[in-house]
Amino acid sequence: MSRRVVITGVGAVSPLGNGAATLHERWKAGECGIESGVGACNDFDPAEVLTKKELRRTDRFAQLAIAACQEALENAGWTDGEELPVNPERVGCVIGTGIGGIATIETQHDVLKESGPGRVSPLGIPLMMGNAGAANLALRYGFKGPAFSTVSACAAGADAIGTALRMIRAGDADAMVTGGAEAGITPLAYACFGAMGALSESGISRPFDARRDGFVMGEGAAVLVLESAEAAEERGATVLGELLGYGASADAFHLTAPEPGGGGAARAIKRALEDAELSASDLHYVNAHGTSTPLNDRSETDALKAALGEDIAKSLPVSSTKSAVGHLLGAAGAVEAVATLLALRERIAPPTLGYEVPDEGLDLDYVPDGPRPLNANGRAVAISNSFGFGGHNAVLCIAA
Amino acid sequence: MPATATQETVETTIFEAISKLGPEPEDVTRDATFESLDIDSLDLVEVAQVVEEEFGVVLKGEDMEKLTTVGDAIDLVVARAS
Repeated sequence: MSRRVVITGVGAVSPLGNGAATLHERWKAGECGIESGVGACNDFDPAEVLTKKELRRTDRFAQLAIAACQEALENAGWTDGEELPVNPERVGCVIGTGIGGIATIETQHDVLKESGPGRVSPLGIPLMMGNAGAANLALRYGFKGPAFSTVSACAAGADAIGTALRMIRAGDADAMVTGGAEAGITPLAYACFGAMGALSESGISRPFDARRDGFVMGEGAAVLVLESAEAAEERGATVLGELLGYGASADAFHLTAPEPGGGGAARAIKRALEDAELSASDLHYVNAHGTSTPLNDRSETDALKAALGEDIAKSLPVSSTKSAVGHLLGAAGAVEAVATLLALRERIAPPTLGYEVPDEGLDLDYVPDGPRPLNANGRAVAISNSFGFGGHNAVLCIAA
Repeated sequence: MPATATQETVETTIFEAISKLGPEPEDVTRDATFESLDIDSLDLVEVAQVVEEEFGVVLKGEDMEKLTTVGDAIDLVVARAS
């Protein structure tokens, strides 16, 4: 019997505003954080959380991670005293990102071209490195267990949380601070995603709708505090929910396109359920990857049917957080895990905003008219899907 | 043309550069140690870049390692410039 892993704190900064509760309440109310075709965190002021020195030593993606972490630790009751309530050597940190500090790369490249190599910042590397999220959290809060980042494009946040789950089970740590962060709304990243044809020309994120035409770029971060059930009980922590399972796979099909039929994604979903020692009939809700791209939403629908069985897939509420915030890339899986947990706690399925026109073959219950009460006696269980360019599939199974 | 490096001009430039890195301006004095100001080796490279830009004086890593106080840095730049 492996160690049970519980969630004791959450924090999020998203295009819907600052805080996990803001994300949950606004999405539930059908509000959208996308403005002018972009999901920016306009309410986020890093100076409210970071010192002057930290501001200079972090790219925006790490600043978002720090703000989300601060909230998660407060939520977990870790910041009440001078010291961490757990042995810092037994606390690890895994923070996913898709691109890392790309704004820093772009600005420093401008300096290089305009003024030469002698003028680039000595902070360039520590700002741009993809592991800066985990590094800064470990440094700021004194986490001395294993700390690193996962980089698997839009599955990075979910892979980080799944990896953290495994590390507690394996005994590498008693607590893990984990999640994802992304700040990729920059001229270069935006142009490159545009060149691929991945971005929505209409600027509207409407997953699963027949009119969907690509994803809307978003930014943000979310962090969860995971603890072994024994450690949480020992310190009398409030348990928000349980992380039951994690499944991952690779399509090995195409560099960016998902496998038609969703075979790789289906294997990750099945694996997450096996890991949770559950069957499809135990689920109450699916938080979809639901990017609003023509390919993903079709293959994800197929994957859910293949993994859960057609009848169960059609009976479950399936909704996409990206309809309210856009696509947060490497932060998406973490923000969506937090959104899933808070929805389960309230026993609701939040809506897929903007869904009006059904597409042929996309025939699941996408919750167009939510929030929908969940039909759960006892605990409510969900899966949260994340799939990334490169063919990475990561699925988390969460209960509350 | 680089500016003339006098005690006064170098002090002004270095005080300003350090104040931008985090410390409160009133804490930045000649006697203040870099340790007390929480200025580390990465910060000092940035100060060196400002000094080079302003006075044309190039400071290397080994020069910086010997510095303890803000005054040490000012004296080194003035000595190198003359």
